[in-house]
Amino acid sequence: MAMEAATIEQLIKEGIPDAVVEIADLRGDGDHYAALVTSATFKGKSRVQQHQMVYAALQGKMGGELHALALTTAVPEGT
Amino acid sequence: MVDQNVAERIEQDLKSNDVVLYMKGTPVFPQCGFSAAVVQVLSHVGVKFKGVNILEDPGLRQGLKEYSNWPTFPQLYVKGELVGGCDIVREMYESGELQTLLTDKGVTTGAAA
Repeated sequence: MAMEAATIEQLIKEGIPDAVVEIADLRGDGDHYAALVTSATFKGKSRVQQHQMVYAALQGKMGGELHALALTTAVPEGT
Repeated sequence: MVDQNVAERIEQDLKSNDVVLYMKGTPVFPQCGFSAAVVQVLSHVGVKFKGVNILEDPGLRQGLKEYSNWPTFPQLYVKGELVGGCDIVREMYESGELQTLLTDKGVTTGAAA
């Protein structure tokens, strides 16, 4: 089971329209990615809540089809 | 909906232990890199914690995903509150926020022991 980086990016952007998404395939196996997601909608939210927003955008694929996503979230500068 | 019996067990764990790590494997034999990383962070910080091996308890494993709305493991809880998975715990450790959180919640860490 693996996922394409583009699919992950698309899902995140559909769920968080203003998100800027940077994805790196850590092992080239389509199963271990690192992603930096930046969105103004994260402002004032805890890290757990920010990550939950990204997982929700991934519509249940996290932990299933997508085994490992090293996730970092951030708020755009000056927001 | 989380199965009632599982929810009770989770609540019991979280009430009777300041720090609980639901993980794959055990602290001595972690069976996943992410779980091992969090165990390492906790030992660096020098905090006592209860490790629960969700690989041995599929009902608990599924129940926790719903209970905390968090799809993966490990899951670290301090005083009953989800702190996060490996990414967040590592980020907080590197920035010192984890140590502050523990001290603020009155959990003794190695530095203070």
